[in-house]
Amino acid sequence: MSDIEILQDKCVGCGACLPSCPYGAISLQDNLAVIDDDKCTLCGACVASCGFDAILLRKDVREEKADLSAYKGVWVFAEQKNGEVQGISYELLGEGRKLADTLGVELSAVILGKDIGEAIKELGYRGADKVYAVAHPELEHFHDEPYSRILSDLIRTHKPEIVLCGASTIGRALIPRVAIQIHTGLTADCTGLAIDEERRILLQTRPAFGGNIMATIICPNHRPQMATVRHKVMKEPARDPSKKAEVITTSYDSATLSSRTSVEKVVEEATNLIKLTDADIIVSGGRGLKGPENFSLIEGLARAIGGAVGASRAAVDAGWIPYSHQVGQTGKTVAPKLYIACGISGAIQHLVGMQSSDCIIAINKDPDAPIFKVANYGIVGDLFEVVPALTKKLQESGRK
Amino acid sequence: MNIIVCIKQVPDTTDVRIDPATNTLVREGVPSIINPFDMYAIEEGLRLREKLGGKVTVLSMGPPQVAAALKEAISMGVDEAVLLSDRAFAGADTWATSYTLALGIRKLGGYGLVLCGKQAIDGDTAQVGPGIAEFLDIPQVTYVKKVETIDERGATAWRMTEDGYEVVKTSLPAVLTVVKEINEPRLPSLKGKMRAKSYQPTVWKASDLGADEQSTGLNGSPTNVVKIFTPPVKTGGIVLTGDVNEAVAAVVEGLKERQLI
Ligand SMILES: Cc1cc2nc3c(=O)[nH]c(=O)nc-3n(C[C@H](O)[C@H](O)[C@H](O)COP(=O)(O)OP(=O)(O)OC[C@H]3O[C@@H](n4cnc5c(N)ncnc54)[C@H](O)[C@@H]3O)c2cc1C
Ligand SMILES: Nc1ncnc2c1ncn2[C@@H]1O[C@H](COP(=O)(O)O)[C@@H](O)[C@H]1O
Repeated sequence: MSDIEILQDKCVGCGACLPSCPYGAISLQDNLAVIDDDKCTLCGACVASCGFDAILLRKDVREEKADLSAYKGVWVFAEQKNGEVQGISYELLGEGRKLADTLGVELSAVILGKDIGEAIKELGYRGADKVYAVAHPELEHFHDEPYSRILSDLIRTHKPEIVLCGASTIGRALIPRVAIQIHTGLTADCTGLAIDEERRILLQTRPAFGGNIMATIICPNHRPQMATVRHKVMKEPARDPSKKAEVITTSYDSATLSSRTSVEKVVEEATNLIKLTDADIIVSGGRGLKGPENFSLIEGLARAIGGAVGASRAAVDAGWIPYSHQVGQTGKTVAPKLYIACGISGAIQHLVGMQSSDCIIAINKDPDAPIFKVANYGIVGDLFEVVPALTKKLQESGRK
Repeated sequence: MNIIVCIKQVPDTTDVRIDPATNTLVREGVPSIINPFDMYAIEEGLRLREKLGGKVTVLSMGPPQVAAALKEAISMGVDEAVLLSDRAFAGADTWATSYTLALGIRKLGGYGLVLCGKQAIDGDTAQVGPGIAEFLDIPQVTYVKKVETIDERGATAWRMTEDGYEVVKTSLPAVLTVVKEINEPRLPSLKGKMRAKSYQPTVWKASDLGADEQSTGLNGSPTNVVKIFTPPVKTGGIVLTGDVNEAVAAVVEGLKERQLI
């Protein structure tokens, strides 16, 4: 069995590990750290916090080392809707290129769908060396079962060392099933990827505990190493129509294509506003707006600069604006070029959803509001004065 | 129809702060709660039971203190609670967690539906629901915001997407993971609280599940956490106080410089 141990000859009783434990499982007794087995989840957070190498986490695995070197290449699962490749997949090709170049291997895309001829070409333009394509009418819409079966089969056959997928509603339904089928590790919702060149392993970094901490995760003994990656964190590569990928097509029998679920209807919720996750500019309002009617101020500013409207959870919970506008841990993660937060205090759950925006403007009357810590420009003042003034100024400069 | 709801006990992350001096998590007095998304799963289970009859069982894997979360579910009106607790389960990543929960669900048996939250707020992975479905070899519908129709053979559910939603039909048994739009969780009733007081969840260990020790806990986890750190804070921001028009002018200048307008 795996376990964790405080090495008594190394522990100096400094207590540095105590606050590192998210579960409150460590205490000091007689000047030594003691771990409460009933609370400890072996998460390992304390190991790195110890400056004296006094905490030992032992993983008891009967090593049946698979031949890891048989796995080569970086794969990107290309998500398509109506035959069109989704933006997140291009972002992954951009990042995948860097990883593949570092490793000195090929970059491939995998695409499943019905009419995907154009999509395959586009994947080549964006830098894929190879495209593994599977086209069947049954694959027009995403279905968890056939999609996961086929992707697992392709992985078993061609043995990539890394598989990346968008942390979208599709990606996060599909890839966990694949990880179980081929028995490998999967890291969710990564915001950073890098290669440890010496060991040729993927370092996967992601926020945890609501963005309070970041964790770097590896998958040392299983292949492929798989990760879902957050939208708008990686950069799309330029489109180069002179590039062409080698295409490998595979077809599958009806058993593989079968599904116990069916999509009866696809409903696009009509909004006249720009889609939040795709917007380059977002103007968000929080509880400081005082009431639903004042969202017109936010909409006015958004219109003046061609932005979408976002909101804090407090504003959503108060019923001032629909949930689809909520930014944050339990809402949408956004990373526009410009994010303007009006009357939002900047709770950690809000910050994790927007802090990777390129430029952040915060408007708040409380100079100590935490939102100012992430802001490039902060205006301390009454939003009912500042927002109209800013709107006016932007309209003027737009006209010039 | 018998329904199994998987719930996880998590630290209440609103209360987790970073100590700027030591750059570590301040978790003094951070209470443990039922993962908020799992509250919606419990509520949905209870509502479906009211419609269809049958039993709702909550299932959790974790250390002994998780019993408190299970009792809270009992106070809401859940029929039974099962805790999978064994030192051999500690350190599980989503692979090993899904494996262990699937064993618990198999042992319970006779279910038409497994409900999970969309994701747990400590790890935010959203991988365990689909993982369970794969281990049990049953279909899944993720991000469910409405169960439109349901009977013994099948269900129709609204699955949230980036652009709206899809109406998905599935055969049963199946795993559904739910989002917060699906309902408004009820408060515990007095009767429920009374029952919870003396209720003791059933506890199953690795040997009760016939679990392969190489597949549970840290042993069974393909992934390892190698580093934990606090996110770097952005610096170099300008905070403007004083005259509104001057402040606005300065910001607009800055935006022009950055070519954002
Ligand atoms: C599990 C969990 C998940 C969560 N997920 C999310 C999430 O996804 N997204 C999210 O946003 N929150 C989330 N929250 C909630 C979060 O903790 C905060 O409660 C929320 O973000 C606060 O919203 P707010 O900033 O609008 O309101 P408040 O914190 O009340 O802040 C209002 C701000 O407006 C300022 N203000 C008031 N009047 C004026 C004025 N006239 N002019 C200028 N400024 C003014 C005040 O100074 C204050 O700073 C979550 C919480 C939990 C527990
Ligand atoms: N240890 C656990 N015990 C019971 N259910 C769990 C556990 N971990 C995760 N779940 C369920 O899986 C869902 C997704 O969790 P996660 O994949 O960790 O984000 C949760 O909302 C729970 O319903």
